[in-house]
Amino acid sequence: MSTTFDTPTKTTGRSVATLALIVRRNIWTLGLIGILVLLVVVTKIIQPSYGPAGIQGLAISVLPLALAAVAQTCAVLARGIDLSIGSMMALTSVVSATLMADRSESFAIIVVIGVLVLGLILGAVNGALVVFTRVPDIVVTLAMLFVWAGAALLVLNTPGGGSAQWLSALTRGPLFSQWVPRAAVALLVIVGIIWIPIRRSRLGISLYAVGSDPLAAFRSGVSVSRTKIFSYMLAGLFSAMAGLSLTATTGIGTPVPGPYTLMSVAAVVLGGVSLAGGTGGVFGPIVAVVILSLLRTDMTFLNVDTNLATVVQGLILVGVVMVGSLIQMRRRET
Amino acid sequence: MSQGNNGYLLEATGVSKRYGAVVALESASLRVLPGEVHALMGANGAGKSTLVKILTGGVRPDSGVIRVRGKDRKIHSPAEARRGGLVSVYQEPAVIPDLDVSSNLRLTQTPVEPFRHWIQELGLQSIDLTRKARELPLATLRIIDLARALAIEPDVLMLDEMTAALPANLTESVLEVVNDLRGGVRCTIFISHRMTEIASVCDRATVLREGETVGVVDVADADSADRIVELMLGEIAEDMAEMAEHPATSHRADGERPRIEVRNLAAHVRLRDVSLKLYPGEVLGVVALEGQGQDELFDILSGAERPASGEFLVDGNEAILRHPADAIRKGIVFVPADRAEALLMQRPVRDNIALPFSAPLRKWGPIRTREEKPKVDKAIDRLQIDTRAQREVRFLSGGNQQKVTIARWVATGLETMLCFDPTRGIDIRTKHQIYPLLRELAEAGAAILLYTSELSEIQLACDRAIVIFGGEVVAEIPAGDADEATLLRAAHNLSSDAPLPEEVLAAAHGTDEGQEDAEMSER
Repeated sequence: MSTTFDTPTKTTGRSVATLALIVRRNIWTLGLIGILVLLVVVTKIIQPSYGPAGIQGLAISVLPLALAAVAQTCAVLARGIDLSIGSMMALTSVVSATLMADRSESFAIIVVIGVLVLGLILGAVNGALVVFTRVPDIVVTLAMLFVWAGAALLVLNTPGGGSAQWLSALTRGPLFSQWVPRAAVALLVIVGIIWIPIRRSRLGISLYAVGSDPLAAFRSGVSVSRTKIFSYMLAGLFSAMAGLSLTATTGIGTPVPGPYTLMSVAAVVLGGVSLAGGTGGVFGPIVAVVILSLLRTDMTFLNVDTNLATVVQGLILVGVVMVGSLIQMRRRET
Repeated sequence: MSQGNNGYLLEATGVSKRYGAVVALESASLRVLPGEVHALMGANGAGKSTLVKILTGGVRPDSGVIRVRGKDRKIHSPAEARRGGLVSVYQEPAVIPDLDVSSNLRLTQTPVEPFRHWIQELGLQSIDLTRKARELPLATLRIIDLARALAIEPDVLMLDEMTAALPANLTESVLEVVNDLRGGVRCTIFISHRMTEIASVCDRATVLREGETVGVVDVADADSADRIVELMLGEIAEDMAEMAEHPATSHRADGERPRIEVRNLAAHVRLRDVSLKLYPGEVLGVVALEGQGQDELFDILSGAERPASGEFLVDGNEAILRHPADAIRKGIVFVPADRAEALLMQRPVRDNIALPFSAPLRKWGPIRTREEKPKVDKAIDRLQIDTRAQREVRFLSGGNQQKVTIARWVATGLETMLCFDPTRGIDIRTKHQIYPLLRELAEAGAAILLYTSELSEIQLACDRAIVIFGGEVVAEIPAGDADEATLLRAAHNLSSDAPLPEEVLAAAHGTDEGQEDAEMSER
C-alpha cells in the first residue's frame, strides 16, 4: 500500500502512515490517557492545592499495584491468569524484609537479586504445574495463592523486618524536578528494561501467538508449553518486584498485603488486555492503575464514604470496559 | 524389508493412530519420490489430514516408521518437523490472528524477501506487512501460509486442501506454482477433492480408505480418475450407481393441503420474495449459490428469526414463531450444517438424542428414563450410529455427529424437518445412509425441506427442487430433470437453453469455484 506513493512524498507518506498505525494500534491506551488527563483536571478543580506532594503520594501508592498489573498482563497475554500474584508479592516482600533487616547496604544488593530469582522460581512452579498437570490455570494459581500466602506467614507472622536505605530511596522523593516522583521513574525504567526487549524478541511474539491461537502457534513451530511457563515466570518476576516495592515504600515486610490480585485483574481488563489472550500491552494496565488510584483519591477529597467509593470503582470498571468494547465493535463494523 | 531408501525422499509405513475407540489411521503408508507432486486421496474421514499431521509432528502416531532420505525420523513437534524439512500448509491457516504479517513471519523465522517473491508468484500483488492477520480475508491468509512455507524451501511440502477456500484466479496461480515444483530435488504432497486439479499437477496418487492405504495410481494413466474413485469408494461405488438408476419419485397426493406454505417472504436485504409450498410426504430440495437468501429462509422457518414481511402458514393456519421452541412445538425441526450448533458436544450420544424429550420445552420435573430408553435405542439403531465411542459427542466423526442430530428428531417422531446442508463435510458412506433415511421419513408422511450445496444430492434424495437466486425463487424443477448442469444453470439464473459459460462448466467440478464464478458473472 505504502509503496504506491511518489518518491518526493514517499517518506512523509510513510511516516504519516506509520503514525496512523501506531495510533490505531494503541487507541485503547490513548483513550485511557485521555481519561487520565481529564481526571487530573477534575482533581485540580475539586482540590486546588493538589500538587507535587499529591503526585508523590500517588506514585508511591501506584508502584506496587502497577507492577502487579504488569505481572498479570504477562500471564493473561498467553491466555492464562495468575491468581497468586498477591501471595507472591507477600512472600517476596517478607523474604526481602527479613533478610535485609539490620544488614549492610551492600548485602541488600544480593538480597534483591536473590528475591528476583525467587520470583522467577515461584512463577516457574506455577507455570510448570499448569503445563504438566493440565489443570486449568485458574485452579492451579488459586491453589498456589494459598501455598505462597501460607509460606509468607511462615516466614514472617506480623509486619516487620526492614529495607535497605538505597532501596527505599529509589522509590521515595522526587527526581530532577519536584513534579517527577522517583517511584514513577523506577516503574518506567523497570518496564522499559525488561518488557520492551522481550516484546520485540521471538519469545515475546510467541507469548502473543500462544494467547491468540494456541493451535496455530503450535503449528508455526512455537513450543506452547515453554511459552506458557515463560509467561508465568515473567509474572513471578514482576510480582517479586511488586513485593520488593512494597518493602521499599513501607520500609517493612507485609505478610498480608491487600487485594492486589483482583485489582491487577481489574487493571488488566481496564487496560485493554483481552482476558482471552493475545491482545494488549503493559502500558494500558499501568495507566489503568493510575486512573483507579486517582479516582479513589478524588472520592476521598469529595468526602465520599470509602465503602461507597469501592462500589463506584466497580461500576466505573464495568462501564468503561462496556463503552470501550462498544466503540471498538462499531469501528470494526464500519 | 531393506534398510536402503530405494530412492524415496519420504517413506512412511505402517502408520496408525487411534482416538479412543475411533480408528483414524490403520497401517497407512506413503512413499514419495524426489521431484514428485504426489496426491493423497480419500473420502472425508479416510485419514488424509491425520497422516499429514503425523508427518509434520502435529499428532503423534501410535505406531509406524517415517523415513526421510532413508533415515528414520521421530517427529515430536511441528518445530522439529520444520527443522527436518517437513512443512505443511494446513486446512486452517496457521497464522496468528492477533499478530501482524511481519511478526507472523518472524515467529516461523521466515526470510522476508523470498516470502515477497512467492506472494507475487502466487498471484497477490503486494501485501502490507503491518496488517494484522485478523483483518485479512481467508484466501489471503492461505496464500500467506503457502508463501511462508515455500520461502523456507522445505524438502517435503504438504498442502492440505490448499485450493478449497481460494477464488478461481488464485487457485490457478497456486496450481502453476505447484506444477513448477515438479522435477526438482524436493517433493510436494497435494491433497484436494478436485479431480481436475489432481490430473493437472500430480504425478502419482496414494489412495486412503478408512485409514488404510488401498492403492497407488499413476495419474498419467488413461483411466486413473476412475481407478482413484473406485479405490476411494470401495463397495459404495456400486450402491451409488444403483441409487442413481432409481431417481426419487413423488409421494405427494394431489390436492393435499401443504404442511408449510410461505408467501412473499422477505427479510433483511438478501431474502426478497420467496413463496413455496412444502407438502407432507415429499422431500423438497432448495438449490442456491452461497448467500442468495437461503440462510435467512431457514432461520425464519425454524423460528430463529422473524420475517420483515410475507405470510407463513403451517397446516393452513397463520404461524407466528417467536422462538425455535415455538417451531418445535408445531412439529418443525431443524438440522443445521454445523453440528456444533445443534449438539451438546460434551455430553454422551444418549443425552443428545434424548434432549428433546428429557427437556420438554418449558416444562419442569423429573425425567422419565424408562420411556426414554427404548426410543433412544431405536433411533440409534435406525441410524446406525457408531456408539463404540459411547463417550462424548465431540469424539465422534462429523458424519456420526450429524446422524445424532437427525436421530434426536427421529426419536421424537417428526412432522417437518428442515435440513440445511446436512451432509456438508461428512463422509460419503454416511451421506449414502442419510439420503435413504430422508426418503423413508418422507414416505412415512413427513415433510422435508433440504437445502444442499452438493447438486448431485437433489436427484438422490428429492422429489422436486426450487432454485433461489437473488432472494427470489427463479425455478422449480422436478427431480427427474434436475441433473447437475440444469441446476447449475438455474442457480446462476441462466435460461435453460442458454449456452453454459466455460467457467460455469469448470465449476461443476467443485462448488467453491462455482460460487466464485457466480460472483463474477453477476458483475
